[in-house]
Amino acid sequence: MLKNEKTTEEIALGIRRRVFEHAMRNNGGYLSQACSAAEQLAWLYNEELTLGAPTLPMIPKPFEGVPHVDNPEYHTGAGYNGPFEPDFDRLFIAPAHYALVAYATLIEVGRMDPEGLEMFNKDGSSVEMIGAEHSPGMEVHNGTLGIGLSTAAGLAWGRKRRGEKGKVWVYMSDGEVQEGQTWEAIQCCAHHKIDNVKAIMDVNRQQCDGAMDSVMEVGDIRAKMEHFGAVVAECDAHDLNAMRTAAQTPHEGKPLIILAHSNPFHAMPILEERFPRLHYVRFKSEDERARMNSSIADALDIDPIDYEGAH
Amino acid sequence: MAEMVSRPYERAFEKHALANPDVLCLSADLTSSCEIDKFRDDHPDQFLSLGMAEQNMMSFAGGLGLAGYRPFIHTFGVFTYRRPYDQLMASIAYPRRKVRIMGFLPGITTPGGMTHQAIEDISVMRSMPNMTILETGDATEVESICEAADSIDGPVYCRVLRGSMPRLFDTPIVVGQMRELSLGSDILIVTAGISTEEAMRATKALEGVGVSVRHLHLNTIKPFDAAAMLDHINSVKGGVITLENHVTEGGIGSLMAEIMADNGVGKKLKRLGLNDTYAHGGSRAYLMRYYGLDALALTQGIEDLMGERLGITEKDLAEARVDAVHSLAKAEGL
Repeated sequence: MLKNEKTTEEIALGIRRRVFEHAMRNNGGYLSQACSAAEQLAWLYNEELTLGAPTLPMIPKPFEGVPHVDNPEYHTGAGYNGPFEPDFDRLFIAPAHYALVAYATLIEVGRMDPEGLEMFNKDGSSVEMIGAEHSPGMEVHNGTLGIGLSTAAGLAWGRKRRGEKGKVWVYMSDGEVQEGQTWEAIQCCAHHKIDNVKAIMDVNRQQCDGAMDSVMEVGDIRAKMEHFGAVVAECDAHDLNAMRTAAQTPHEGKPLIILAHSNPFHAMPILEERFPRLHYVRFKSEDERARMNSSIADALDIDPIDYEGAH
Repeated sequence: MAEMVSRPYERAFEKHALANPDVLCLSADLTSSCEIDKFRDDHPDQFLSLGMAEQNMMSFAGGLGLAGYRPFIHTFGVFTYRRPYDQLMASIAYPRRKVRIMGFLPGITTPGGMTHQAIEDISVMRSMPNMTILETGDATEVESICEAADSIDGPVYCRVLRGSMPRLFDTPIVVGQMRELSLGSDILIVTAGISTEEAMRATKALEGVGVSVRHLHLNTIKPFDAAAMLDHINSVKGGVITLENHVTEGGIGSLMAEIMADNGVGKKLKRLGLNDTYAHGGSRAYLMRYYGLDALALTQGIEDLMGERLGITEKDLAEARVDAVHSLAKAEGL
């Protein structure tokens, strides 16, 4: 079992710094997802998940083709989360557009080399912008929102039938509750008593078009999930002790879903200027880029990023 | 008269599943409709009820595949690809999960109308990378579909017949191998599924008026060996005609058109099937006549192809019964 020597707080800070640097150098990125998700992914990888050592190279291989009968060497990016063995957990990152944050997490916990992030969204790279099945740390295609929990449920049911101890974790986003499939998955877990599925949902109340309440109101997520048969725990997504406590919630015979209420500009307060369009932050002007650089660097306690020569 | 067989799938699935512990039986609230109710009752630990929730079922089956199981999905064909197309693509086809999709009620084999008739399933599945497509045309093929499907290293979609059906063949499906039902030299007829029985009736009547018919039955639609088919196309003097329980776009008619065009074959092709139309609810015989999917439609299509009237009537076709399988065994061995 591989555990990182850094604290989870340090890893969360490191994730934000890496995503920030990347966004500055590339004139934009999924910055807000680093604000909301850093503690959750840091906690999963550094504390909660039981994973083996990575089985894939620290520097990701280039894209080697999609699954096909003529591509027998094909493999997914799951090896960054260790081998698929009975006692180890699996993790599905359901919102695949969190990939940049997930890759930064892999680097911070020592599962991928920092060079991996330089390959992000480059032609011919496996480190894709929307995490693909072959991207580091990814195990299935989740770019179409809502399919992650169902896949996890199937795997978990199968693992339970085989008597495997490993759990199946899903990292989810709250926008996914607008998809009917999410509710089908919860009712299915409840009906079949699939309790080796655990999910943590980034409840940032944001989606691509803006604030969720302005796009499609979803009501009381907790009450709805409980009615569909899940055990629900809630926590502040930036309070690690609360997260640890939430994960201890008993859920025999039912899936556990942790609603982690997050702040989409946590640790980068200047991003509030961009509210409610936080899904993908592209700087509108050189002035804005410079102001954000200075402000966020200060908030993350690092020097501003030298992005001259980048693009 | 061909032997009629009742509910061959029920026995075939049970036999296969019991011999293969990693096979799971999945159902979406159509358990008795898909002839797996006895299996559910007798082997509940190998059966999973997933309810009327096909999107979840598809991704769930993908997860079962990841756990090393080979789930057999049982429901009506339409419900496996229309609503959950995205899940079928992302959770099953892309990652090449060994999920065996048993699609019942192919084409107009149901009076359920548009919502229940899978009339474009082959077209959809043919355009889906990694998907294999099998289709059953008689009791023997239904009896062998589970084993054939389960031999595929990846996902497979099967058009499965249910209820009472004739036994036309006496050898099981061999994946990738078409059946050569007659090897004449004038016209090439290519059929699959229930249209094969119609073409067998038509063949008798055609031979009676002096047309030498070459008739091929397809049970493997994808992947497809074009070379073998090309030999047959080149073996007839006249044209090629397809009859399918499916729309004329994207099915076996299109498959033949692609092979002929790709290879520069300068022969006429006539494609019979649902011609850019939905069907409605009605009996199978009525629908086959109404939409031109029966033996008479085929002989008329051949008249068009040949540019001459053959004088074959409905009465001639009614008299041209399909013989019992043992008299066909010889034709099979040609």
